[in-house]
Amino acid sequence: MISSNRPLSPHLQVYRPQITSTLSILHRLTGIALAAGTLLLTYWLVAAASGPEAFATAQGLIGSFIGRLLLFGWSIALFYHLCNGIRHLVWDAGYGFEIEAATRSGWMVVGASVVLTLATWALGYAMMGGA
Amino acid sequence: MNDQSNLRSPLGRVRGLGSAKDGTHHWWAQRLTALALIPLTIWFVGAVVSLIGADHAAVAAWIASPVVAGLLILLIVATFYHAALGLQVVIEDYVHGEGAKIALLLFVKALTIVLSLSAVLSVLTLLFTRA
Repeated sequence: MISSNRPLSPHLQVYRPQITSTLSILHRLTGIALAAGTLLLTYWLVAAASGPEAFATAQGLIGSFIGRLLLFGWSIALFYHLCNGIRHLVWDAGYGFEIEAATRSGWMVVGASVVLTLATWALGYAMMGGA
Repeated sequence: MNDQSNLRSPLGRVRGLGSAKDGTHHWWAQRLTALALIPLTIWFVGAVVSLIGADHAAVAAWIASPVVAGLLILLIVATFYHAALGLQVVIEDYVHGEGAKIALLLFVKALTIVLSLSAVLSVLTLLFTRA
């Protein structure tokens, strides 16, 4: 093989997980989860267009314990994918490739996703008057 | 760039297109939809939080405004396009059987078309029946 000097992908079984590699696969996993979440978005819009009864059923499902649990998962996946997506766009522009910079931006993404998720839910529960 | 690390034939380099024959189109479309989704997603999450506790009439009236309906349609199109492109890469990376790969790629494409069309038509239904 003449291309022996080409970089190799990390061999997952022998590669120690790092913040950069962990966040990288998390970007994919949250992307897949969010793609599944588009089912809920579509269902919500179709229910709204179908009329008050269908919409009440949808709101009931979304507002149930399981519904809220799923919604919480999707919201943190969304904020993570959004923040890490911006990190990717900065890389695409050619910045932040140094190891320390990538580690720092990674932890910033984790912090921002957690803060944004908790702030959104706090605001949501405040809207409901704590219900 | 030395010859060892260059995977393209001279003809391929002249045409500027890879083996998929569409050059950087997939990559570029993924970035453009990502960029569009930053403001659209933040707007949508904020709107959904402000709609917590709203009944069907309030949600339908909100969607039926031309600006909201327009932004929702942009959000739907960008979301499903971005999701289809992302899922395509995941399938190409992890599904190695040629038949299963093609079947999954077509399934994802068909599903995203059906879901996005249903979502857009729901928005239009509310826009034109509630105005």
